[in-house]
Amino acid sequence: MNELAKELAARYGARDWHDRRGDLSSTVVDPIRLHDTLAWLKDSAGYAHLSFATAVDNIERGVFTLTYTVRNHEQGHSLMVHADVDRANPVVDSIHLLWGQGWTYQREMKEWFGIDFPGSPRVDEEFVLEGWEGPPMMRRDFDSLAYSDATYEGRPGRVTHDPATRMQERLYPEAGK
Amino acid sequence: MSDKKIIPAPLANEGLPPDERGLFCDAAPREYEPARGIMEDFANWARSESLWILGFGTGCGAIELRPLMTSRFDMYRYGIQPRPTPRQSSVFVIGGYASVKTLKRIVRSYEQMMGPKFVVALGSCTINGGMYWDSYNTIKRIDQYIPVDVYITGCMPRPEALLAGFQELKKIIRAGRAEGQNEYARNFEWFKANQKKVIKDWNMPDYNW
Amino acid sequence: MRRQNEHVIPPETRATPDLSSGKYLVMWQGPQHPGITGNMSLRLVADGDTVVDCETHVGYLHRGFEKLMERRLWMQNFPLVCRIAVPEPDFNEYCYAAALEELAGVTVPEKAVWLRTLSLEMIRLASFLMWIGGQAGAFGHGTIAQWSVTMRDYVLDLFEELSGGRIYHMYIIPGGVRGDVPDGFLDHVLETMQVIKKNLDDIELVMFHNAVFKMRAVGLGYIPPDWVDKYGITGPNARSAGVARDLRKDLGYLAYPQLDFKLITGGRSDAFERAELRLAEMYQSIDLIRQIVARMPKDGPFRERLPNPLHWKIPAGETYVAAECTRGEYGFYVVSDGGDKPRRVAVRGPSYTHAVSVMERLVRGVNIADVAGLMVSLHTYPPEIER
Repeated sequence: MNELAKELAARYGARDWHDRRGDLSSTVVDPIRLHDTLAWLKDSAGYAHLSFATAVDNIERGVFTLTYTVRNHEQGHSLMVHADVDRANPVVDSIHLLWGQGWTYQREMKEWFGIDFPGSPRVDEEFVLEGWEGPPMMRRDFDSLAYSDATYEGRPGRVTHDPATRMQERLYPEAGK
Repeated sequence: MSDKKIIPAPLANEGLPPDERGLFCDAAPREYEPARGIMEDFANWARSESLWILGFGTGCGAIELRPLMTSRFDMYRYGIQPRPTPRQSSVFVIGGYASVKTLKRIVRSYEQMMGPKFVVALGSCTINGGMYWDSYNTIKRIDQYIPVDVYITGCMPRPEALLAGFQELKKIIRAGRAEGQNEYARNFEWFKANQKKVIKDWNMPDYNW
Repeated sequence: MRRQNEHVIPPETRATPDLSSGKYLVMWQGPQHPGITGNMSLRLVADGDTVVDCETHVGYLHRGFEKLMERRLWMQNFPLVCRIAVPEPDFNEYCYAAALEELAGVTVPEKAVWLRTLSLEMIRLASFLMWIGGQAGAFGHGTIAQWSVTMRDYVLDLFEELSGGRIYHMYIIPGGVRGDVPDGFLDHVLETMQVIKKNLDDIELVMFHNAVFKMRAVGLGYIPPDWVDKYGITGPNARSAGVARDLRKDLGYLAYPQLDFKLITGGRSDAFERAELRLAEMYQSIDLIRQIVARMPKDGPFRERLPNPLHWKIPAGETYVAAECTRGEYGFYVVSDGGDKPRRVAVRGPSYTHAVSVMERLVRGVNIADVAGLMVSLHTYPPEIER
C-alpha cells in the first residue's frame, strides 16, 4: 500500500498515512482537495465502493473531521480519507456526482453537524428531524439530556443513577461511610 | 334549558393556510354518551370481542406483532386482527418509543380512528422513556399526548405479554372502563397544548377528523 | 424478458414532473401503510397507475443512537447497539464488540469465535425467514408468512435458550460471549434446522412455482451491474446482479475462513432472482450452522477477562469494522479519544443506500401495486437508516 500512499502524497498532498489493520488504512487530505482525491481513488485506483461518509466533531481543535471510507474490492483494502474543515465555516465540495448515495450522507451531515455541501440534491431539506429548532444535534456542545428534560415531560418517580457510584454503594456500602 | 351540554368553540386551525381552513372540520371531539343499561353492556361485549388493530408499526414493538398475527400465537382466535386504515380500526398499538416525527402521525391517525377506540402502549419507552430517557428526539410519556388504556411493559414485550395485555383491555372494555376516548374529548385542550409544545411545525388541522 | 424500469431516464438526471399540469397524482405510501417496510414513507408521483417519481422520507424512527452512545460508558452501550436493527441485533453487537476489541487489543478465545459465528448465522436465518414472509405477503401470498414467521420463532426460541433474550440478545460482548452453551442446546439447534429445512422445501414449492409470484416478480426492479459500485449496493442485491462480493469471504472474519461455503451469485438481478438467491442463502445458513455445530470446540474459555467496565478506558484510535449481514455490508466506525466513553460511533447500514437512493431510482416506471413488493425485494430496514 506504500505506493498508494506515495502516489496520494504526490498528487493531492495526502499525509499521516496509518495502517490501522491489514485491510484498513487512513490518510488525511486538505478539504479543498477532498473531492479530487476521492474521484481519483474511485476512477483510477480501484476504490470504487463508498462504504460510508461521516463526520466527527473535534471541538477542541475547532474542526469537523470528515471521514470517507472507500473500499477496493479487488485488493480487499479499505481506505479512510479524512479532512478537517473549519467548525466556524464548514463548507465542503459535494460528492453526489461520484456516488449515487453520496447525497444522502451529505443530507445527514448537513442536518446533524451543520456542514454544508453546496449543490447536493435536497441538502437543505430536513432529513430525519421535523420541525427541529435547536442547533445541529450531533455537535459536541449540544446537550441531549438538557434538551430532553426541557422539552419532554417525564414521569415522576423515575430515578437515574450514575453506574460507578451506584455500584460502589451496592457492593461496598461501608466504603462510602 | 334541557340541553345543558357545553358546545365547544370552533377550533382555530391556525396551522393551516387561510384558504384551506374552510376545507377541514373545526369541531372539537365530543364525549360518547353511553346507551342505557343492558344495551351498553351488549355493545361493550361486542366491542371487546372484535378488536381491530391499526397496522401502523410506530416503533420496534411492531416486530412482535408479526408472530402474534401468524400461526404460532394467532391473535385472530381472540377476535384481534390488523386493519390497514385508521377508519376501520379500533385499537391503536403504540409500538414502543415515539419520535417527534412519528408522534405527529400518531396523533393524526388516532384522531382519524372512529370511536370507540382504545390505545395499547407497548414497552418501557412509552411509559417513562425507557432507555431513550435522554434522547432529544423521543418523547418520554405517550399519555401526555394521547390517552392510553393499557400499558404493556418490557423491552421487548413478549407475544404472550401482548396477548395478556389484550385480555386486560377486553376486561376493561367489558366493564365499561375504557374511557380513553372520552378523556381525550374532555381534556382536548390540554392534550392539544402538549402536542403542540412538542410538534413544532404544526401544519395540520387541530382535530383531524 | 420484461424489465419494468428499462425505459426510464438515466439515474443521474432527475426529471421533475410538472405537478400543476393536472396529469399526475401525488400520493404518500407510508408511514401508516401496510405496504411499507418498517416506518418510513415514499412520496410517489403517479401517472395513471405508473409511478414516475419518488422521494423517500425517513426519520420516523430516529432515536439519536449516535448521540446517546457518546453519553454512555463503553459497556453501557451494549443494550443500545442491539436496538439499532431490530430483526438482526447480533450484527450490531458483533461489529461494536469487534471494534472495541481491536482498539483495546483484546483477543477472543477460540470457542467464543465459533459461538459468535453460530449466533450470527442463526440470526441471518431468522431475518431471512421474516423477510420471505414479507416478500410473499407483498404479492398477496399470506400463507408463506404464516409458516416462515413461525419458523423464525423457533430460531428465536434457540436464542432464548442461549442468551435469555428473544428479540434482543446482547450475547456477543467484548472479549467473547456472555454465556456458555447450555446443556443439550446444540441438539436443539440441529433439530430445529431439520424442521426449518423441511419447511423451506415447502416454501420453495409453494412460492417459487406460483404463477402470480412469478408474473409479478420477474423483471421487477432490475438493478444493472454497473449500479453496484455507483450506488454502493452490497449483499444479496449486489450478488444477484452478478457481482461476487461477500464480506464473509472477503474479510474472512470470525470462523468463516474455516467453513466450507460457496458464494452464491445470480445475474438476472430482478425481484424474483433476489428472492431465489436469498432462499439459497437460507439453505446455506442451515448448512453453515450444521458445520459450526459439528466443528466448534466443545470446551475452553468463552470469554476473555476484561478490566472493570465502569472504569474501562480504551486507547485513542479509530477503526471501521464491517460484517456481512442479510442485507449487505453492516459496519461500525468507532472513534475513541482515550476516555471511558466513545468519541463517535457511526453506523453504516446497508439500507442506507438500498432504501433511499436505489429505491428512488428503481421505483420509477413501476406499477403502484408493485411498489411494496419492490421495496421488500430490496430487503430494507428503516431503523438502520436513521438510527
